[in-house]
Amino acid sequence: MARFWAKQLANMAITLFAVSFLVFVLNELSPGDVVRKIIGPYATQDQVERVTQQMGLDRPVLVRYFEWMGNALRGDFGQSLIYKRPVAEVLWDRLGNTLLLAGVCFAIIVPFSVFLGVLAGMRERSWIDRSVSVFSSVCASIPEFAMGVFLLAIFVVGLGWLPGASPLRSGDGWPIWTQLVLPAMVVVLYDSGYLIAMIRTSMVEVMRQPFIRTAVLKGMDFKSVVLRHALRNALIAPFTVILLQINYLVAGLVVVEMVFAYPGFGRMMLEAALAKDIAVIEAGTLVAVFVTMMTQIVGDLGYRALDPRIRL
Amino acid sequence: MTDVLRLENVSIEYTNRKGTMRIVDDVSFHIAPGEALGLVGESGCGKSTLALAAMRYLPRGMRVSKGRILFDGADLATLDDAALRRIRGNRVAMVYQDPMSSLNPVITIGRQLVEVPLLHGETDARKAHERAVRMLHEVRLPDPERMMTRYPHELSGGQQQRVVIAMALMAEPALLIMDEPTTGLDVTIEAAILDLVRELRRRFGTAILFISHNLGTVARICDKIGVLYAGRLVETGPIRSVFGTPAHPYTNGLLAALPRIEAGRTAAPLRPIAGTLQAADRARTGCAFAPRCSFAVPALCEAAPVPLVPADGAGQLARCARLDVVAAAVRGERHAAHGARLAGDEADAPVLLSVRDLSKRYPVGGGLSGGVKGEVRALTDVTLEARARRTLAIVGESGSGKSTLAKVLSGLTEASAGEARLGDFDLGATGIDKRPQDLKRRIQMVFQNPDSTLNPSHTVEHAVMRPLRLLRGLSRSAAKAEAARLLEKVRLPAEMLRRMPHQLSGGQRQRVALARAFAGDPQLVLADEPVSALDVSVQAAIVNLLADLQAASGIALVLISHDLALVRHMADTVAVMYLGRIVEYGPADAVFAPPWHPYTAALLAAVPRPDPDAPEPSIILAGSMPSPLEEMKGCPFASRCPRRIDGLCDTTPPPVRTPAAGHDIACHLDLDTLPATL
Amino acid sequence: MSETGHTAGQVAPVDTGAVGRVATTSVGRLLWNGLTISPIATLGGGIIVFWALMAVLAPVLAPYPPNQMDPMALVDPFPSATHWLGTDQLGRDMLSRIMWGARTVLIVAPVAVLGAAIIGTLLGLLSGYRGGIVDTIVMRVGDVLLAFPQIILYLIILAKFGASAFNIILVIAVTKAPIIARIVRAVTLDVKNRDYVAAARMRGESTLHILLVEILPNARGPLIVDFFLRLGYTTIAIGVLGFLGIGLPPPDPDWGGMIKESYGLIFVYPHMTLIPAAAVSSLVVGFNFLATGLREAALDD
Repeated sequence: MARFWAKQLANMAITLFAVSFLVFVLNELSPGDVVRKIIGPYATQDQVERVTQQMGLDRPVLVRYFEWMGNALRGDFGQSLIYKRPVAEVLWDRLGNTLLLAGVCFAIIVPFSVFLGVLAGMRERSWIDRSVSVFSSVCASIPEFAMGVFLLAIFVVGLGWLPGASPLRSGDGWPIWTQLVLPAMVVVLYDSGYLIAMIRTSMVEVMRQPFIRTAVLKGMDFKSVVLRHALRNALIAPFTVILLQINYLVAGLVVVEMVFAYPGFGRMMLEAALAKDIAVIEAGTLVAVFVTMMTQIVGDLGYRALDPRIRL
Repeated sequence: MTDVLRLENVSIEYTNRKGTMRIVDDVSFHIAPGEALGLVGESGCGKSTLALAAMRYLPRGMRVSKGRILFDGADLATLDDAALRRIRGNRVAMVYQDPMSSLNPVITIGRQLVEVPLLHGETDARKAHERAVRMLHEVRLPDPERMMTRYPHELSGGQQQRVVIAMALMAEPALLIMDEPTTGLDVTIEAAILDLVRELRRRFGTAILFISHNLGTVARICDKIGVLYAGRLVETGPIRSVFGTPAHPYTNGLLAALPRIEAGRTAAPLRPIAGTLQAADRARTGCAFAPRCSFAVPALCEAAPVPLVPADGAGQLARCARLDVVAAAVRGERHAAHGARLAGDEADAPVLLSVRDLSKRYPVGGGLSGGVKGEVRALTDVTLEARARRTLAIVGESGSGKSTLAKVLSGLTEASAGEARLGDFDLGATGIDKRPQDLKRRIQMVFQNPDSTLNPSHTVEHAVMRPLRLLRGLSRSAAKAEAARLLEKVRLPAEMLRRMPHQLSGGQRQRVALARAFAGDPQLVLADEPVSALDVSVQAAIVNLLADLQAASGIALVLISHDLALVRHMADTVAVMYLGRIVEYGPADAVFAPPWHPYTAALLAAVPRPDPDAPEPSIILAGSMPSPLEEMKGCPFASRCPRRIDGLCDTTPPPVRTPAAGHDIACHLDLDTLPATL
Repeated sequence: MSETGHTAGQVAPVDTGAVGRVATTSVGRLLWNGLTISPIATLGGGIIVFWALMAVLAPVLAPYPPNQMDPMALVDPFPSATHWLGTDQLGRDMLSRIMWGARTVLIVAPVAVLGAAIIGTLLGLLSGYRGGIVDTIVMRVGDVLLAFPQIILYLIILAKFGASAFNIILVIAVTKAPIIARIVRAVTLDVKNRDYVAAARMRGESTLHILLVEILPNARGPLIVDFFLRLGYTTIAIGVLGFLGIGLPPPDPDWGGMIKESYGLIFVYPHMTLIPAAAVSSLVVGFNFLATGLREAALDD
């Protein structure tokens, strides 16, 4: 157990270090760009050099990196250019919004995909299997922006049941929860499409195993065979992939957030990237990679809990 | 009394996109309470399909198209799901090949066992638990209470199969269906399982449908036997009649194709059955075996369906139109003198390979992947010789180190200590990448698995031509011509060169593998279980071919095998390995005759013989081979040896006894007390 | 289970059990079997052929140059006899832009995936066959790449280096390569222990021959299925980049970009948004259906 944690933590530290260093170097290797970004394109070369010195940007990149890392470890990510606030404030604010949407989506996606995936996979090539497979394949094929546009056209333009934008303010007469419905629907459909197919494949594989035959020929009814013998085995392989969806839900929702004007983490990253707001990009990347690493660790633990063949 | 299981003219068809195929054709048999029927046949004969049909659990696409299957007098086809569930696991239970995959990997043994009574009327969980513990005890598993809490992967293959048998017997069923229950297990484990089945049968009076490709195991268990060919029952009857006076040419062929352990090295070549089973044979109106049968007369055999007719023995039936002719011919042959094969003298058989104190250890665990650090002792102080024109057999069970030895000799891995001299080279210290091309040419290998011996992406020509180009330096066109000649040598038509491996049968693939191995004109050929994955009728042909190739080329053959009958047939010298060490070594005639090392004796006793009157083995080894991670102070066999001397065998390495010059036995027992009877 | 250390990224478990069976057919056979046996593959193939024809024939068939504005059409941009699919907010013919847009995506996506396949295959072969330190390094670097949320990686790189077709292809190829490397590595780990590889070593074949001739052909089944799946994902990714405004620079038509430019007008002129959305969705459906059908047909054989 101690070995497991040591290994995982070492892995995490190395990856976080590699990723943050890469992003840092990519963005700050040429300090001139940074300064130009701050004091504007019309500053003289002289001014640029002075500010560079003032900000200590003329020091070697490694020194600056460790300084930045030290500050980041204390929760200080510097100042945001575009939001004109400390990066930490914007970051936690936006992350909170995204986590709200992500939490809702994850709570729906997991049971929904497990249910449909198992239902489809338990009887390979039955009509249920065919229908669920086509459904999931189509869902996974419609990009979020297209799905958003389609749903917008139906529920907002056509039916007028739901708000077309989700700024998370209740000013326009739409309660906050109604603003979550469409973004969540897009995410759930798109992401479940992928997961259902995964879980179905795993379930099909398990149902072909000889131990399923053993269970049936014990005199067990089909429902019990599926629930008691197949289900846990069928979830072993997809388990880590299910958890990986958390990464997507935290860092990958930028498209949905753009479609519905949702003030989330992904949109913040996009805005920062377009405006070259380096402090925000660096902090956001660090957070996103941290989330990835955490889900990997949890995934590993759960994987081991599900499958007694794997020892710590 | 009604039969437990009764099949009446059952046909089973398989339908897919490409059409419909008859898997089973007009099969009838019955099993009375307490009776044991063996169904034998080679792969594709439909025996496993019949087993599943008897549970009404046919795979998708298969259906019983004709006939009835009656269980306890009730037609299975008329039962609804609930009635079927009441029978399955309760009145009829099944034991499968490959116990590992038959057990759920994520559920404890205990829960899987307890499920059975709970599904069939038991309501008290505690009683179910007690029953499970009792059953584990019945199948002679150590410490049943602890066994209940363990997971399948924590058990050895033999233990897993005992668990599956315990599970099958939980509800004391009237019928036990065993589908190749010992295939894939080591011979000593197999003997122990068969012994267990016999005893359980005596105690519980369960009827058994025993399915196997191995005539020897059937002879040990069954009262009656049915021989299947291409989905048809070609012969059936009491086991003594069928084994004593086989009537059908196919049954005769199977028995003649088997190497016999009681026959000597100089016995006649095996008699293979010509040809292979073709898909089209299943659709024949007449006898499906006719295309491979030397007695076939088209007018009699192929015009109309051949019925089962009474043969010589009491209750013996055979589906053959020429029974009288076959019987006469077989009687004549039995009296014919065997052509003796001479071994020749030592002078024309110089030592080619000389192995001295060869050891191989490799570290496991530790590092990033975690796990307990340790060292596997795969080979310890192995010493032996291989001579040109001679066959050296390495026998032993899985884990004995025989395949590691082959790997070291072939260069796929390097030895840790000792040497293996071939000419000027030490093979043990020279991995494949360090060997000059000429040395590579001199050592070639034939592998076990016909499915992976040829690259599925390339034609036969690729497999045969590459070594010709690389090892003999032939030009493309010369290699092409030579490839055709090589195929001819392994008795395959030259047009096979353009075929892909999946278009070839297992036997044909193994022939190509032989052609490939002999392409570079080698001196030493390592054959790692070359026929163990093949059907009996095909095995014999490959064995004969290998012998012919050896006679023609004068190679030294190192045969690695677990099959003692095959070794008896082929080997001049035998090394018996256990846990990476040689426990007995010597000329084949000496090793197969007493006195024996206790392990050799146990191995010989365990071999299932295709003879219902063969004595029951008196030595049944308990337990399984210890882990090669353990440091071995004394004799490696001490933990399982029935003749162990406590305080000596497990602490002190055994001395080498020499019953005759060149015959070594590593054992603490002295020459007079070594086992001399089986 | 050292494999469990590498869990990042959306990778379906590799069905190496099917490797042997799939490998027995040639690439052409595999495609042909899939298309003739599986109705879903046929449908997918049909959709792809449709868009491919659209793309190839755009210069001939498109009624207008894709960037030509028709101010008169702005009065009524809805579908009409002169503009079958209507025009966009600048009066450019939708049909022509959709056709030219197909051209963009059907060039960029395959080139990017092919790039990823080549890089990933070579790394996967090397990593799986050599094992040890080479394997550790390749897999670790892949892990780091996959630990980046992909979309953020695109944002950072494209914002930094600018969005051009070349940069998009490069970014996609580099980020998808680790996934393909894993598939090939899994196959390699399986195949390298097969007897025919031992036989090849024993007759003195070079490592290159073993990798490319003995091992690689056996990975073609999983690789082909993955190729079409990956084309689908890449089509989505290109659309996303266009939609986020970091895709191909305007004014050349790009389906994602068309949606970005017009979705503010969805209440008034929904066709401007819905048509490109339907186009991109149908193409991805085509790729995914073909992949699913091929996998099924391959397992069937």
